[in-house]
Amino acid sequence: MKILVFAEQRDNKFKKPAFEAVRAARTIADEWGGNVVALVLGSNVSSIAPELGGYGATKVLTVEDARLGLYSSTAYAKIVAEVARNQQPDAVFIPATAMGKDLAPRVAVKLDAGLVADCTALKLEEGELRATRPVYAGKALIEVRALAPVNIYTLRPNVFTAGASSGTTAPVEGVNVTLDEADFLSVVKEVKQSSAKLDVAEADIVVTGGRGLKGPENFAMIEGLAAALGGAVGASRAVVDAGWRPHDEQVGQTGKTVSPSLYIAVAVSGAIQHLAGMSSSKYIVAINKDKDAPIFQVASYGIVGDAFEVVPALTAEVQKLLGKGSS
Amino acid sequence: MKLAVCISHVPDTATKITIGADGKSIDTTGVNYIIGPYDEYAIEAALRLKEKMTGEVVVISLGGDAHKESLRKALAMGADKAVLLKDASPRDSFSVARAVADYLKEFSPDITFFGKQAVDYDNSAVGLMVAEMLGLPSAAVVVKFEVKDGSLLAEREIEGGHEVVEVKLPAVLTMQKGEYEPRYPSLKGIMAAKSKPIEERQPSASSPKVEILSMLKPPPKPAGKIVGTDASAVPELVRLLHEEAKVI
Repeated sequence: MKILVFAEQRDNKFKKPAFEAVRAARTIADEWGGNVVALVLGSNVSSIAPELGGYGATKVLTVEDARLGLYSSTAYAKIVAEVARNQQPDAVFIPATAMGKDLAPRVAVKLDAGLVADCTALKLEEGELRATRPVYAGKALIEVRALAPVNIYTLRPNVFTAGASSGTTAPVEGVNVTLDEADFLSVVKEVKQSSAKLDVAEADIVVTGGRGLKGPENFAMIEGLAAALGGAVGASRAVVDAGWRPHDEQVGQTGKTVSPSLYIAVAVSGAIQHLAGMSSSKYIVAINKDKDAPIFQVASYGIVGDAFEVVPALTAEVQKLLGKGSS
Repeated sequence: MKLAVCISHVPDTATKITIGADGKSIDTTGVNYIIGPYDEYAIEAALRLKEKMTGEVVVISLGGDAHKESLRKALAMGADKAVLLKDASPRDSFSVARAVADYLKEFSPDITFFGKQAVDYDNSAVGLMVAEMLGLPSAAVVVKFEVKDGSLLAEREIEGGHEVVEVKLPAVLTMQKGEYEPRYPSLKGIMAAKSKPIEERQPSASSPKVEILSMLKPPPKPAGKIVGTDASAVPELVRLLHEEAKVI
């Protein structure tokens, strides 16, 4: 039994979901009895590749080419499919990140493979992999089996635990894949970093502000709390539609789905579309004046009160606990 | 330019989901169906491009007769023609993509638009599978784009920012909320849509590669704790987060 894992890197640094996918593959492989082969693509990645051993990779394959420094869906898909054909894995794991979600459907077509997207749980049953994945924006879950000889599973970030590295390094093997101009029909020309340091979909703590904050200027309070906690700022749809915050901060069905350890919803009522995007968070704190707001139905802890009083107090208390200066 | 827009016909995002009697799909009783919200951005993007560069916009949907309602709305928004790939039976992403790709082969649009995902099964797969099946480049989760001399420059959402992708035409784009806030159909558009054709086609068949074994509701959240009603509750909240939840 063999699982091939696409280990995503950007700027020659692994993304956390790459570690999560390798570790998830290791867990399955241990039960099944088999190997985890990780695959890293980039322009200069052989120096980082051994790290994946610390998360359970048996071996790491690298494909290096100056043109692979930035993502190209056509070229990346060709390489992953070609390596998969040579490696003959039983399953291919890909993080369900922006890159992975772009890559997986193409690889599935090339390999004539089943695609199980955005898995939140994987287990072995009756000698085969069974996946659980959310549908209808998380309002329901389905249990799925894939039917092709090789199948692709994308793993939702922040759900599978990467754990700490064991410090073990894995052997690295360079693989040559011939690439020509026709493989680069789409190329990334530029990556624009947003001004926010931390993306709402990647953060372990998210503080989201809603319409009840009355105006964009009051988001300073949300930013202050997020900074004190080392978290990211999120926004409800109403707030984004009103132009108070950029769309890439939007949490919910037409925004991002998040599952941080801690989600703090401030003055967010909790429309069903919003709840769909955040209710898989491990702990949810709701701060809202309206005791009947639907957000309280999913909250682990709630304060029925005025955000303008509660949030500054909370920021101060957090700073006191964590010993951080004001921000 | 020949522009195609592939749309889904899905439960309204405000729908409360209940599991159907088969235990593998939702109970559709009383469910209101809409054009997928991302598909609306795709329609709008195609219409704006047509208005700028002239051309034809064809909307395509795979499903039963009920999908005509969404196709009709797309026509009312301004699409020129609609095609129903008529098959009401459930299909997986691969099988939908195969049928759509087979149809597009004969139509060969310059740009084919999809929503970034259908909001029922949330696979984010069909548009990119179609691109691969047709050997076309793509950009996914696009918030804005510009067409220029046989290629296009698309801005797509990624973690912590945007990627600017250059894509050669013909191409496939999957659209995200961004520059293309969908228009409401005008009264004139609604009237005009009545005389626009909806062509029915028999989609190609293919076997599924994924099987749904069961559908269930997510486990209910344990009842939460209301810690207090004003700022005086803050120290207790922080204590709970620190000592009980251990998240800070």
